[in-house]
Amino acid sequence: MKKLTIALASLLTMLIVTSAQARDQIKIVGSSTVFPYATIVAERFGSSGKFKTPVIESTGTGGGAKLFCAGVGAEHPDITNASRAMKAKEYALCQKNGVNEIVEITVGNDGITLAFSKDQKPVNFTKKQLWAALAKEVAKDGKLVPNPYKKWSDIDPSLPNYDIKIMVPPGTSGTRDAWNSLVMKKGIDDASKAAGAKYKALREDGAAIEVGENDSLIIQKLAADKEMFGFFGFSYFLAAKDKLQAASIEGGQPSLSSIQDYSYAVARPLFFYVKKAHVGVIPGLHEFVKEFTGKKSIGKKGYLTDIGLVPLDGKLYKTSRTNAVKLVNMPPKK
Amino acid sequence: MNEAKRKLLNKRYRAEANFKLFGQIAIGLALLFLAVFMYKIFSKGYTAFQKTWIVTEVHYDKELMLIETDNPSLEDLENADYYEIAYKAMTRLDPSLPEEDDRQLIQMVAFTYEQEVKNHLLKNPSLLGKIVPIRLTASDDLDQVHKGNYPRDIPEEDRRVNDYQLKIYDMLNERGDILSKFNLSFFTNPDSREAELAGIASSFMGTVFSILVCLAFSFPIAVLAAIYLEEFAPKNKFTDFIEVNINNLAAVPSIVFGLLGLGVLLAVFNLPRSTPLVGGITLSLMTLPTIIIAARASLKAVPPSIREAALAMGASNMQTTMHHTVPLSMPGTLSGTIIGLAQALGETAPLILIGMVAFVNTIPGTPVDPAASLPVQIYIWSESAERGFVEKVSACIMVLLGFLILMNLAAQIIRHKFERKWN
Repeated sequence: MKKLTIALASLLTMLIVTSAQARDQIKIVGSSTVFPYATIVAERFGSSGKFKTPVIESTGTGGGAKLFCAGVGAEHPDITNASRAMKAKEYALCQKNGVNEIVEITVGNDGITLAFSKDQKPVNFTKKQLWAALAKEVAKDGKLVPNPYKKWSDIDPSLPNYDIKIMVPPGTSGTRDAWNSLVMKKGIDDASKAAGAKYKALREDGAAIEVGENDSLIIQKLAADKEMFGFFGFSYFLAAKDKLQAASIEGGQPSLSSIQDYSYAVARPLFFYVKKAHVGVIPGLHEFVKEFTGKKSIGKKGYLTDIGLVPLDGKLYKTSRTNAVKLVNMPPKK
Repeated sequence: MNEAKRKLLNKRYRAEANFKLFGQIAIGLALLFLAVFMYKIFSKGYTAFQKTWIVTEVHYDKELMLIETDNPSLEDLENADYYEIAYKAMTRLDPSLPEEDDRQLIQMVAFTYEQEVKNHLLKNPSLLGKIVPIRLTASDDLDQVHKGNYPRDIPEEDRRVNDYQLKIYDMLNERGDILSKFNLSFFTNPDSREAELAGIASSFMGTVFSILVCLAFSFPIAVLAAIYLEEFAPKNKFTDFIEVNINNLAAVPSIVFGLLGLGVLLAVFNLPRSTPLVGGITLSLMTLPTIIIAARASLKAVPPSIREAALAMGASNMQTTMHHTVPLSMPGTLSGTIIGLAQALGETAPLILIGMVAFVNTIPGTPVDPAASLPVQIYIWSESAERGFVEKVSACIMVLLGFLILMNLAAQIIRHKFERKWN
């Protein structure tokens, strides 16, 4: 019994002592859309043998920013991935907690893909129609009424004649934020705006189905339910192209070229943010940032392009690379 | 016997027969669900235990490897350049392919092909300068095609494997240069983003460490609490209150403990995020009441005559408890502990909250290294888009089930072998 007590006590002290030491492994949190890219870079970075493979947690863009901005020190993450730009509120939180120097790096572009089963006929939506399908309230004769559209064809007779069912990611998701600002905000009609409708409010009558941060679960459901729609990052669509097709939005299909030149209506940049105070403290952090922004990974023939990251065009790439190499602070957000 | 009585009797027999039938139907349904579940898992997952290799030839050309000495040492081999010979090993499969399309061939193997070539030579240094056959891990897309899990008959632009790659694959397959062997790397590799390389070693070790930490924390505390409550504590309202609360604690949903871990262990004590240490402590909160209840029940089952005999022989209360009651109750306590740990083993929710849902590419060596755990690994893989992860998910479930069955079996054996029956 005594021996056991001593053994346990020494184990405990050992654990606490080792845990108080500085980290030698990069910690990354953030967006589930950037997660697949970041993990691939991390794995290749680790396989070179000089540094340990970074640990990456998929927390969603919002959750990642919260953890990232919690402070400076080994217990806080070094990098957060984001599928939208950092919000002013998050930037303020960072400042408040002493995370003053942040490097913003654009890694590439992504097109939010509205996908559905391959067994259906191709379809084209306008942003107005998508807003009408998802809005909580729409204006009728100057007054807001709960969304009356049950079927797509109720919105426009040219649309398919089946029930509206769209799976949406949760509120902490950057994909949802980007969808709100690129589709819902632009698609809202003037009458509803005048009547005080909020573009972010989604209907709660079962037509908009909120699902977790699990894009591949959405894919499985889309393949099983032929009348269901769902949206997620382009890379997930590429991996499921044998089962799903993409709906055209404003007449455009998502593709590498249409996302890169932003002719696809819901293209958006992807980011990651680096805590400058950790560079030089956490071994390999700067090297990892350089690896992530290298031509080998995010360039036109990079390994991330293979799985669906849409590369930046020349000028933007140069800015990103310079930011990464020289660790340029991002301008304050207000 | 009159008519009415016979009728009543028949009715009672019928009621009994019906009751039996319902019972059998219930058991049949339960077995059916289990069978469907098992079938789903096994039919999807068994292919994950097979790994697909592509056999090609590699020329360990000293010049291309930039080796200058005549008798290179192991260190020279370690530092040699393998990129070009590895690349050539793949392009050799189709010399007629124009150089700018080389990537199509490279994409057919895992990105570690250079490392694989290097390891092969380091294992057999005598091969330097020779042309030898070598097997390289096939990419997950090709692997899935080979296992028949990925359709070939859809338009090329919708496929992850293009027509050219299929042509090469068919040619190799005809020559017998596509091998399908037992997938050892599934057990020895850590997690990976490439389905063909992903394994469960990191999450398995994470689970082992979590369970050990959980055991180290919960077992001593729970046993001491149980002994005190059962043997020493006065029976009054206060101890009744404690007893009720322990039972309540056993019914608290595990995610609540996860929040507790997040709020206290990470925020107040600043323990490292995503580590089995935190995971184990969080899980131990969950197993604590289970063990206390099991230990108390088995202490209660020790007959009073044992205690009375010891006391009569002049043993103190402490000696009676430590020398007689506790050892006799150990089998029950241990099997309760194992069942509690088996429950903890399958927990995902609390671990997600304390950050063990991370991508970890290194096998953890201590409980303070970041790690995932088996159930979380299932969750992570089920989120991945690549087709190769579908079978991995099922295979990982099989491993977890195997682990659970082993633990429950151990609990049963301990109970049957060592527990004493008092008649």
